[in-house]
Amino acid sequence: MAKEKKGVRLDHISKIYQDPKTHKDFYAVHDTSLEIEPGSFVTLLGPSGCGKTTTLRMIAGFESPDEGEIYLGGEPINALTPNKRDTAMVFQSYALLPHYNIFDNVAYGLKLRKLDKDTIHTKVLDILKLVGLEGMEARMTNQLSGGQQQRVALARALVLEPGVLLFDEPLSNLDAKLRVSMRTEIRRIQQEAGITAVYVTHDQSEAMALSDKIIIMEKGVVSQMGTPQEIYYHPKNEFVADFIGDANFLKGKMLRHEGSDGIVSLGGTEVRVAAAENVTDGAETTVVLRPESTVLGDTGYFPVKVVVSSFMGAYQLYHVMLGDVKLIIHEYNPKGKKIYAMGETAYIHFEPGNAHCI
Amino acid sequence: MATTQGAALDRKKLMADPIMVTTIVVLITFLTLFILYPLAILLIDSLYGANGLSLDTFRRVLAMPTFTRAISNTLKVGFVVGILSTLIGLLFAYVEVYVKLHAVAGGLFKVVSMLPVVSPPFVLSLSMIMLFGKAGLITRFVLGIYDNNVYGYWGIVIVQTLTFFPVCYMMLKGLLKNIDPSLEEAARDMGASRWKVFTDVTFPLMLPGLGNAFLVTFIESIADFANPMIIGGSYDTLATSIYLQITGAFDKEGAAAMAVVLLCITLAMFAVQKYYLESKTAATLTGKASRARMLIEDKSVSIPLTVLCSISALFVIMMYICVPIGAMFPTWGYKFTPLTFKWFGQVFSKYKGLKAFRDSFMLSLIASPITALLSMIISYLVVKRKFKAKGFIEAVSMLAMAVPGTVLGVGYIRGFSGGLFHTGFLGGIYGTGLILIIVFVVRSLPTGTRSGISALRQIDKSIEESAYDMGADSLKVFMTVTLPLIKDSFLSGLVTAFVRSITAISAIILLVTPSYLLITVQINEFAEKGAFSIACAFATILILITYGSVLLMNVLMKYFGTSRKIKEE
Repeated sequence: MAKEKKGVRLDHISKIYQDPKTHKDFYAVHDTSLEIEPGSFVTLLGPSGCGKTTTLRMIAGFESPDEGEIYLGGEPINALTPNKRDTAMVFQSYALLPHYNIFDNVAYGLKLRKLDKDTIHTKVLDILKLVGLEGMEARMTNQLSGGQQQRVALARALVLEPGVLLFDEPLSNLDAKLRVSMRTEIRRIQQEAGITAVYVTHDQSEAMALSDKIIIMEKGVVSQMGTPQEIYYHPKNEFVADFIGDANFLKGKMLRHEGSDGIVSLGGTEVRVAAAENVTDGAETTVVLRPESTVLGDTGYFPVKVVVSSFMGAYQLYHVMLGDVKLIIHEYNPKGKKIYAMGETAYIHFEPGNAHCI
Repeated sequence: MATTQGAALDRKKLMADPIMVTTIVVLITFLTLFILYPLAILLIDSLYGANGLSLDTFRRVLAMPTFTRAISNTLKVGFVVGILSTLIGLLFAYVEVYVKLHAVAGGLFKVVSMLPVVSPPFVLSLSMIMLFGKAGLITRFVLGIYDNNVYGYWGIVIVQTLTFFPVCYMMLKGLLKNIDPSLEEAARDMGASRWKVFTDVTFPLMLPGLGNAFLVTFIESIADFANPMIIGGSYDTLATSIYLQITGAFDKEGAAAMAVVLLCITLAMFAVQKYYLESKTAATLTGKASRARMLIEDKSVSIPLTVLCSISALFVIMMYICVPIGAMFPTWGYKFTPLTFKWFGQVFSKYKGLKAFRDSFMLSLIASPITALLSMIISYLVVKRKFKAKGFIEAVSMLAMAVPGTVLGVGYIRGFSGGLFHTGFLGGIYGTGLILIIVFVVRSLPTGTRSGISALRQIDKSIEESAYDMGADSLKVFMTVTLPLIKDSFLSGLVTAFVRSITAISAIILLVTPSYLLITVQINEFAEKGAFSIACAFATILILITYGSVLLMNVLMKYFGTSRKIKEE
């Protein structure tokens, strides 16, 4: 549907703000370079204050980068005002024009582009159909539920057929159930429209469900970019591992490599970790273990003491102490398995392929 | 350096928007020319005389015993009026927010809160003299006191307190409503009595707010010209001294120096109020009331408080009613019946009433849309946009709030009677209707801007951003999004500007020329002469006009205002 899918490129972008209290300058975004492929769905993910929204607002044109250049479809756009950029944004608060009905909200941008009445009419009705709001054109925005308002905001952006669609935490004001169904919907519509999308969120499951590619940001810099699988299974550092899903960290030393596997000493015990080429022999390393890929049994690498044991339905949740390190373990499908009670001692084990060295 | 690129880009984006740039340039020119320049010229004139740069003029005026007495008089009145107004305002606010009110009392409260908005300045002074003066209705004819003197210190204090306490009441009401009831309930729950809750929780939370109300009233009081003029008698305040220095002593340099003194006082107060107390108020009262307050139904509390407030309210209302009635007595002070309309007739037949009303009406009618639009534009720029000169625009339009009308009037005389910097350039506007319109605009701009700013702060910034993002330029965003969303504020700004203009006197009285007859100036003149019936007749018609405008505003808001549907969230 889009006239032309456009890619976005950020070339060494920085944004400097002044701290309102100390009046010191700091980098909200620091020397960030990104390449967003045309037609792909890319998520900027990170905790609040990591610079993800600032980055998005620089692409939209509301903020001007202090260093670097932004390209849209190969053209530099730094000097363009938001109204001249081929971007359309879906806002966190939806930002619907409260004095217009749904039709006029969606038609607003088209009218500014001086399209003729019939074209506008057809386009608006088509797009409302796509987002599932047929027959609601005459409603005022405050007669809509949060989810419906979100659809109008999406329709209003889509109808302009922008080169790139920007989302600023669009689902954060919705309740949990609706959030899940809306994100499926957004993904469907983005793919149907075949449009480039940049999506900002702090919700990791949202990022995983939606994205072709996730960009994790921390304190103004990019921590890691990659597909959801890459990021989940091969986090580059503790921040990424901890931010995406739960993770246990075990400090140790890389002893030697056997093929691509690494043999790591964890407090004297040797464990095998697959695909550990990134760490050299003799180096300090941290082994990342996901709670669901760690197993509790009567035999294993280390003895641990169970301090919490709770039945969660889908899994048994354990908190165990390995020395003074607390580990979290999810034992899925616990029915029929041996359940350890609080205070008992057990052993943990994991497959080499389920661990990862950073 | 790094930041320059961002700043340069922001500038470039701004320049890509010629309408924005033109608007900003026009605004800056207007504010500089008509607010900053007249104040600057006062300073220049009082420092730079025949002997070059010197403090001679200041030395001269400060050596006048009348002037130093005026300074202490003004501060004394301001202080007492500030305290009294704040206390009465607090009482009213507390009763309205905390006590279960009888419907009639509630109605009285509403009337009292409306009065200062629509009342011409010296109405209370007039009725004070007519009710309690030497030949006062109450003093002489009810109480039999024959030589009661209302002129002077107490006269001013009473009249100003009655004029300004509703402002405190409205301010404090807003504050009290913002106190989270659960704080007080927690104190009650821990065993505190109602009185203890008030002294330990409510009062400390309100303290900065009370300080704020006190200072606002203080500033209003020392800037007030009309009441001291009429009821001050020989008790001169700064505002009246400055006026007399120009109209009586023809000493314009001296008046300029006096105006600088008055301006310094109000500016200092204003700075404290604006930058210290306002932020403190916001800091202590950030919490929004989580739910409705349990009102005090205890009769031993509610009845005395309600009665006390109702009596005060009735007293104020009586003072206002006295004006139209006073205009209908056949001979004021001697013959009270039968009521007659002959004075109203004379207003038009003998005293050129029609011209006065037409002039006042036309000038105010021209000034009000300009004011309303300007203040909405300034609010929009201040709240929603970022650009370099924004701080300047915000500061200068707020500065106008701290400038007493008399000071502004003297500034205009000094600044424009001989043209810009006495060069003759722009001197042509002096003595015309245009300069009166400009004064009206400048005098109402701060109120309008403040209401616009608070209305705009309620609107999510991303609503405008979304329009901008969809391709609208600044003008389009302002016209299709901002203005429709703050229509109520715009309409009320329109009417407030009109009412303020048509009831204005302090700056105008110094600038008006015989070719324009203004109602307020007429009222002042007749009150000065002791022709109270004519003054009352003028004032009554003026009150009718202002009330009419407010009623019209309410109708307009109902039919053309932001639809209720949008407001309900």
